[in-house]
Amino acid sequence: MNGEIYVLIEHLQGQVSDMSYIMLAAGRPLADASGGSLVAMLLGQDVQGLASDLGADRVLYVEHPALAEFSPEAYLKVIADLIQQGNPRAVLLGETSIGADVAGTLSARLDLPLVSLCRDIYAEGNTLKFVSQIYGGKVLAEGDLPEATTLMTMVPGEYKAEAGQSATAPEIVATSPPDLEGLKVTHKQFIEPEAGDVDIAKEPILIAVGRGIQQEMNIEIAEELAEALGGELCASRPVVDQGWMTTGRLVGKSGKTVKPKVYFAIGISGAPEHAEGIGDAELFIAINTDEQAPIFAIAKYGAAADLFDLIPALTEKIKEAKGG
Amino acid sequence: MDIVVVVKLVPDLVEEIEITGDGKTVDTTFMRLIINEPDDHALEQAIILKEREGGEVTVIGPGVEDIDGVLFTAAAKGTDRQIKLTGDFDVEVNNHALARAFANVVREAQPDLILTGVQAHNDMDGALGPLMAEYLEMPYIGYVSGVVMEGETCNVRKEYPGGLIGEMQVNLPAVLGIQSAESPPRYVAVSKVRQAMKTVTLDEQTSSDLDRKGGPAVSRMFQPESGERAEMIEGDIDNIAEKLVEILRTADAI
Repeated sequence: MNGEIYVLIEHLQGQVSDMSYIMLAAGRPLADASGGSLVAMLLGQDVQGLASDLGADRVLYVEHPALAEFSPEAYLKVIADLIQQGNPRAVLLGETSIGADVAGTLSARLDLPLVSLCRDIYAEGNTLKFVSQIYGGKVLAEGDLPEATTLMTMVPGEYKAEAGQSATAPEIVATSPPDLEGLKVTHKQFIEPEAGDVDIAKEPILIAVGRGIQQEMNIEIAEELAEALGGELCASRPVVDQGWMTTGRLVGKSGKTVKPKVYFAIGISGAPEHAEGIGDAELFIAINTDEQAPIFAIAKYGAAADLFDLIPALTEKIKEAKGG
Repeated sequence: MDIVVVVKLVPDLVEEIEITGDGKTVDTTFMRLIINEPDDHALEQAIILKEREGGEVTVIGPGVEDIDGVLFTAAAKGTDRQIKLTGDFDVEVNNHALARAFANVVREAQPDLILTGVQAHNDMDGALGPLMAEYLEMPYIGYVSGVVMEGETCNVRKEYPGGLIGEMQVNLPAVLGIQSAESPPRYVAVSKVRQAMKTVTLDEQTSSDLDRKGGPAVSRMFQPESGERAEMIEGDIDNIAEKLVEILRTADAI
């Protein structure tokens, strides 16, 4: 094993994900501490251009028609091959629809340890440490990185994407893929999200509704607040899964990333999957009955109150304030 | 079309979390265990597929506290066989160990499709699905929110960020990590669950020694510091509402 840190570059429809840059930012101090290079793994077909701003020392570029779009099976084969050839200290993948689809299978196939939900990774002397964010963001777990080549899946929060970008293009090393014939998984097509009635990514005032709303009919309370503030409604996963709001209004991992002026979260616990969809809101207010809710770790103002009491009262006062 | 659904129980996050005295684990002594939410969606998706395509649905869960209720509820919803895998499971048993144990049971059932939740909030060593898939030497696709059977293959809708969906085809047998079922998990009346408790027997199987290799060791668990917290607005409802109006006004939102 050498001191190199590998990072899987995730890209979709010609765009490198923020998570990829975040992982490059997280990987840099690790590479320094373990005395190796920071190596990006870029898999695809005709996507060499995506390497140009990667903040890595080297890019292992693997090109093949079977890699034209993400396939968990093809990625697994290629990355397993790269790890076996390169024998790095650690491999960073996103805790995402791409990274998490291959991290577990890689761990089982190569018999290598896997640490998931990593928010931070740092060096203490010669020891590399991880901090994982578990229990929906309510608990942090810390430990030493296992001694073997360690696979890690990362969540955003600790590092900025900009820190993983570079103005100078890294060295590109074209690498041949292993045999990719006879795959059992094939990408058929992309289905674009339906254009909804409103694009929440562009709305300045958002009222976000979570599980705490309890029933579909209660959404009316949030609607009235939105109306009083001149904002739009959006939601976290449980509300969309219940079919109470369309997927176009989902904020978070599989949904949209929003950057509103005001983000007003009601009845949302603030699990990492939701939190990562909230960009820099100028004013972030959270209402939740649970004082321990992780949403209070990311909001600017919070109130541990029952939304069914507070929101109608607040709506009335806003109407008064506007009228007066 | 035979489907196996693998479920895991996790502490209910609604309850207060405490760390044990040695600072290394969450104290789950008094925490209620519930079915992992995406696993509940996996169960729902399996029952939807059974209703559409026929076949049988088997649900497997680890023999921890509260598992009987979860399995009887599954039976009341429409599963045909309920396997309780007993062994030295504590709540914090890692997913590598669970995946190895479940894979042994799944292998014997020889299903066409294995569904499980895409993730759980206490996955510290990867999700169950991909680990199990590899131990079973089957393909895996996660973040799935729709499944359509097509003979020896199935078409799945895989979620990507921003609402983008990737349609993928996978040869069976395969393991799918379900993010959400086509429709929300169905409600089942308590009376039906009670009836299942009387009429359904759980198939108890014992897992061999658990092999936990592959997960990390935790030296410290802690809750995020209060310094990183929001400024909390105190007072009665009227006071809080008034202060919020002030804050909104200062921010030019009113």
